[in-house]
Amino acid sequence: MAIGSATNQVGRPSMTTLGGHQRSTRRPWMLGTPAAAWIGIGLLTALWPDQPATDWDYTGELAAAFGALGAVLACAALADHWVACPPRIYRVAPWMLALALLLGVWETVTAKLGLLPMPFFPPPQALLEVVVDDRARLAEGVLASLRLLAAGYFLGAAFGFVVGVAMGWSRAVGYWIHPILRLVGPLPATAWLPLAFFVFPSSYSASTFLIALATGFPVTVLTWSGVASVSKAYYDVARTLGADRSFLILKVTVPAAMPHVFVGLFMGLGNSFAILVVAEMLGVKAGLGWYLQWAQGWAAYANMYAALLIMALIFSGLITLLFRLRDRLLAWQKGLVRW
Amino acid sequence: MVVRIAVSDTAAVRADIPSARGAALSIHDVSHCFELEGRPLSVLERLSLRLEPGEFVAILGPSGCGKSTLLRLVAGLDIPATGRLSMNGKAIDGPDASRIIVFQDPTLYPWRTVWSNVALGLEARGVLRSHRERVDDVLRLVGLEGFATAYPRQLSGGMSQRAALARALVNDPKLLILDEPLGQLDSLTRIAMQEELVSLWQRAGFTALLVTHDVEEAVFLASRIIVLSERPARITAEVANARPYPRHRGDPHLTELRREIMGHLGLAESW
Repeated sequence: MAIGSATNQVGRPSMTTLGGHQRSTRRPWMLGTPAAAWIGIGLLTALWPDQPATDWDYTGELAAAFGALGAVLACAALADHWVACPPRIYRVAPWMLALALLLGVWETVTAKLGLLPMPFFPPPQALLEVVVDDRARLAEGVLASLRLLAAGYFLGAAFGFVVGVAMGWSRAVGYWIHPILRLVGPLPATAWLPLAFFVFPSSYSASTFLIALATGFPVTVLTWSGVASVSKAYYDVARTLGADRSFLILKVTVPAAMPHVFVGLFMGLGNSFAILVVAEMLGVKAGLGWYLQWAQGWAAYANMYAALLIMALIFSGLITLLFRLRDRLLAWQKGLVRW
Repeated sequence: MVVRIAVSDTAAVRADIPSARGAALSIHDVSHCFELEGRPLSVLERLSLRLEPGEFVAILGPSGCGKSTLLRLVAGLDIPATGRLSMNGKAIDGPDASRIIVFQDPTLYPWRTVWSNVALGLEARGVLRSHRERVDDVLRLVGLEGFATAYPRQLSGGMSQRAALARALVNDPKLLILDEPLGQLDSLTRIAMQEELVSLWQRAGFTALLVTHDVEEAVFLASRIIVLSERPARITAEVANARPYPRHRGDPHLTELRREIMGHLGLAESW
């Protein structure tokens, strides 16, 4: 594909990426190839018999799922002749192809050829089996994890934000909080774990506290530095226009510090994931972390992979959510990092 | 040592100066100093100055002589070490919306649209709800009505400075303090803005106190020009400029005034 060709033969507007260094045109094979690949691995899964020693319940369903996805892609490729598909589909098309090939190899070396030792390396249909058959327990785990995470994260973020603003605004607060923050802040929240489980009435409240602690530290520090870096000229302007103290804090300090605050919220979110999983593995008798631990106890590796996958999707989704919120609130900024 | 030149009839000067809503400003025996590496650095020394209502006074002086400090004192952003400042007889002890400063840097809030930036003062004083149309009026006055929903990063330098001017004017100030407001603009925008400033001043009738580096600008805009010495700043000359508004840049009288002021600044040879 020549970089120089400005428009493609079909006459549709060609897509240019933000960097302008890569030009992707829409051609039927761009969707057709991944479609064929998914249908291919569907056929491979369905027609090639599994290893005789193993007996996977969901091989047929997995093949159907692969085939269905392939069919959807094929439909999109065909429909694109009449109605233009959203460019997003074209952007993910190469990844769809890669994913199909990866799953095909995985299926081949596990279920079909048995090259990898069981039970450590289950085939894809084993994960499907877990997700379907154990869905009640997994859903329960997801809800428990989200509940604990939300409680700790919002508590820590709100507390960190308020303390950060107060430190930036008040010399007295800064004087008293700063040394505490310097001493206690760098301590990983996990170090508090044994003490917290002993001091708090329940492992749930202890974990909430630890997640809040892990979230609160970066949020406090970043909010504080954000407040400290607000240009003095912004205050002069507001003061000369008749602003009082609360207006200065709410309408000048807070919006001006917001880009820093979001860095803190992002870092805090990452920390909170770590504490959540550790706390659930060690004390809380619910959630995905506990599920992982439990699955390990039964050597149920497929369950572990499934739980890990769900965890990854949820955590990634939460970060996406945070970035969406930031993009909305900080629309006035330009050149933000994309997640 | 104060040299008074061309002290013409004050009444004649004021004939074409609107004085309806402008405030009188009195700076009496004001000294101010900063702490620099542990030692006090005197920036203003026993400076006295009086502005009549509706006057347009320009302050000229060498770089770093304390002009901006003087304006911050007038705005009430800083309190002088010694001396008194008062507006309409009332002591200046803090910022007040009747006395607004426009800085060299427009300092618009990047997270607010142009409209919200201009509305800032009304919002801060809790009167925005009843004065919303004033924001639109002022935006029209400075020619930014089409940019109400734009963000500051989308504006050019001249437009930003006009927005900053609108943000001051929306509060209907009695004294407008201008700290080199056109200093960062290119020369064409600058000339256009000078003319706009004069017509705004004539229409709104505020008293204006302008600090500038540009002798031509001072002569074109002001009805009185104050020349300051090196730090610590003292008044070395005071030049009245009775030419009627609107003025013309080619006016030989203004050229003559310019030459005279250059002399006071010690730059006579370069003329």
